[in-house]
Order: sequence, then C-alpha cells, then structure tokens
Amino acid sequence: MSYAIALRCRRCGREYPLEPIYVCEFCFGPLEVMYNYEAIARAISKKSIGSGPLTMWRYRPLLPVESDEVVDINGGFTPLVKAKNLAKKLGLEQLYLKNDCVNPSYSFKDRNVSVAATKAKEFGFDTIACASTGNLACSVAAHAARAGLKAFVFIPADLEKGKVIGAAIYGPTLVAVKGSYDEVNRLCSEVADRYNWAFVNINIRPYYSEGSKTLAYEVAEQLGWRAPDHAIVPVASGSLFAKIWKGFHEFANLGFIERVPTRMHVAQAEGSAPIVHAYAEGSKEIRPVKPNTIARSLAIGNPADGHFVLRILKESNGSACGVTDEEVVEGMKLLAQTEGIFAETAGGVTIATLKRLVASGVIKSHELVVAYITGNGLKTQEAVEEVVKPLIIQPSLGSFEQALKKEQQGETLEAQRVPGKK
Amino acid sequence: MSAKVRIPTPLRRLTGGKDVVQVEGSSLKECISALEQQFPGIEARLCDPDGELHDFVNIYVNGEDVRFMEGMATEVKPNDELSIVPAVAGG
Repeated sequence: MSYAIALRCRRCGREYPLEPIYVCEFCFGPLEVMYNYEAIARAISKKSIGSGPLTMWRYRPLLPVESDEVVDINGGFTPLVKAKNLAKKLGLEQLYLKNDCVNPSYSFKDRNVSVAATKAKEFGFDTIACASTGNLACSVAAHAARAGLKAFVFIPADLEKGKVIGAAIYGPTLVAVKGSYDEVNRLCSEVADRYNWAFVNINIRPYYSEGSKTLAYEVAEQLGWRAPDHAIVPVASGSLFAKIWKGFHEFANLGFIERVPTRMHVAQAEGSAPIVHAYAEGSKEIRPVKPNTIARSLAIGNPADGHFVLRILKESNGSACGVTDEEVVEGMKLLAQTEGIFAETAGGVTIATLKRLVASGVIKSHELVVAYITGNGLKTQEAVEEVVKPLIIQPSLGSFEQALKKEQQGETLEAQRVPGKK
Repeated sequence: MSAKVRIPTPLRRLTGGKDVVQVEGSSLKECISALEQQFPGIEARLCDPDGELHDFVNIYVNGEDVRFMEGMATEVKPNDELSIVPAVAGG
C-alpha cells in the first residue's frame, strides 16, 4: 500500500489525483506527491528502517508506490565515506562523501528510476522513456530490462561514449538527437504528448523525483540520525537539490533527526550556471543559458526547479558556486588521489565547490560536511585522459629500472623547478 | 497567413482537445492575444497579470526559447511554429 494521497501544485496548491500527470492545468506549476504523514509515522521507525533491505527501499513508506513488487536493481544505500585524507588536505575535521558512483547503473538516477519504473508498471504502461544527459538514460534502460518494459531513451548526439554505451548495452531504443539537452527535453515534451509512454522525467516526474529523497534519508541514518551542517549538491535541473532538502525535513518531522541545521550549497559548472547567476544577482528570475562545460550531466541551461533551489538557498542560508572546467578536472583528480573514488565530472564540480567554500570561510574546519558524489568516472573518461602518462618499457628488468630512474630524476627536476612545492 | 501553435496536453481542455491551432499575429504577444480570442482563459494560464510569461511556461518559436530572443516582443512570421512547453526536470 501507499501513503501517497494526492498530487499538489507546488505553485498554486491545487490538488489532483495520483495519475501520470505532472503539471498544473491552471498555472503550469509542477505537481508534487502529498502523503499522509500521520499514517507514515505509524508505519515506519528507526528500527523498521534498520531491519529493512540494504537498498533505497528501506524507506519505502516515504516513497509513492502501491505495489508489493517494486522494480528494483538494488539501487541506493551506498557508502557514506569518511574522507580523512581529503579532509586533511582541505583543513576539515568531519568530511563525508556520499558515494553514489557505485549504484547499479553507476549514478544516483537509479533511485529515481526505481520509483518511476514501478509507477510505470502500476499505471499499466508498456514503454518507459526519458530525455537524458546520459546517467538517466543508463538507469532507465537498465530498469526497463529488469522490468520487461520497452525503453526509448533520448540523448544529445554528442554525449560521452561511456554514457552512450552504458545505456545501449541494456537494449533500449537509443535516440541520438542532434541538439543540446534542453532541445532534447523540449522534443520529448512533444513526443510525450503524442505517445502513451511513461516518460520518467515528464508525465512520471512527480513520482520519479521523490526517489532522490533517499539521498537525504541515507545520509542522516549513516551519520547516526542527524543532518549535516553543510550539504554540497551538484545542480542541473535542481530536482535533486530540492528533494534532499525535503528528505531531511521529512526525517525531522517524523522525529528521526532532531533538527535540520544544514546549509545547502549549489555546485554548478561555470559554463552552465543559471542558478548561480540568479543567486549572485539576487534575482528571482532564472535566465536560461546555453551550456558549455565538460560537466555534461549538469549541462541543463533551463533548470525546471531553479525557483525552488533559490528559495532553499535563502531558507537554509546556503550558497551557490560556479566552477571552471579546469577546477572540475582538478577536483576529479583530487578526489581520486585522496580517497580512491573515481567520480564523473559532476563529482569534480562538487569537490571544486567544496574547496572554494572552505577557502572562502563559508565552511568552518570543525563543521560536519557532506559532499554528494552522484556519478561514476568511468562514464566521463574523456575529461581526464591527461592523467595517462605510463612508463613505456621493454619486457626486461633493465628497461624498467632505466625508466624508473628517469622518472625519479624527472620528479627531482620538477621539484627544483617549482619553488616551495612539497 | 498564420502561425502554427502546438498546444500541450494540460491546455487541451481549453482548445476542445486540439493539439495544433492556427493564430494570426506578428509578435508573441499578439499571438497570445489571438489565442485568447479563440480560446478564452488560455492567456491567464500562460501569463502573469502583468503580461509576462509564468515562471514554469516555456514558449519556443521555431525551436528557440523566446527568453533567448525578445520575450513577449519576439517576432512571429507567417508559417512559424510556436511550441508551448511546461518546464520539465531531468538529467
């Protein structure tokens, strides 16, 4: 059974039945799932959560599904890593990384799509579809395979190879659109109007987006039932950011955590930073941009949930940061070389933002910080190809030792060239 | 000669179920007024009382977001194609 009771417009408050609809007919505001929290409070406890499955479905009463059989590829309940090395490097005492690189299709999207695919089946659709910057495509295709649904995934034609193959392997119909993600999205809105498919990010969006709340629940549970002082979240459409905030507050309202002291920080790439710009200008209006960044999974120039993100920034005394592509690559390398986590470009955006927030004093050394790492680096290898500098040798010990000596000399020279380098 | 307007599902109750309609107008503003003439009530769904587009409404002329052009003053020529699209998330 489900504890969801209706859909409600986030803008004007009008209510609608729980159907595959996503937008208010009166003001075009997005619809959001409403729950019977009193009943949820009776159905869920820290203990029941603790004895639940080691997936996102341990929080099931807080997700809007009816069926007993959910479409599940075991997404969620990913590690919360105490990042001692990175913390030391940055001068922090309590830094944690939510490592969503290790989801079954290698990004946080499995949380959303597990809910969306379950709803698609409940509503009786035989086809599931999405517009995607890549990660969602992989996840939709994987869940469709698991659920026996047909899948259509629409992506920009020039996407990273790892994401294209990472989606194609599951056997969906892959539609490569010669255009930007925002153009793919517009096209899909028109396709969704004509075909009776479950478009996870369009007509299934109110349910789909709820899956992201589990990223707040897990962090709170894994921290020993508390919310962090700071959360750094990569932002594209803004849906993830808003749902993490919502998840912390639901846990507080249910009494699972005492309060939500969390300051929410937006991490965007400078080349696609419409929310950062609006925030910096103190504007309520978000002007769309034409994205140009290596962080393709964040390259959404027209963020649908941007208004809600701005509101949360204000409520949580947060901040918004746009980082350069060079900082993104440095961030990816720093994360990999301090903590052994190979994140995609969006993870580089998050780490670069974290660095800036520490440097500018927004984050104090003793505060509890969680940085969300939402996708796997094997999907965006192109961004860091420069790290490959092998010692090329003959298969002999002599050749190896010669190369080793040369490299050590190189390092010495390098150290002499850069004064003060440790 | 007139421009073609694609009507999204949430607005089709106002257009008698039609998904494509024709309007006369040389700017987006005029086209929306023309839509209002044909389908009373539709303007209020798209625009704030001060005449600006609602936050969650995207309008495209030949595939280009009007916010990259002149907004409500964006020029519309005969045979242009207008799309009304609610904001959608994703990624």
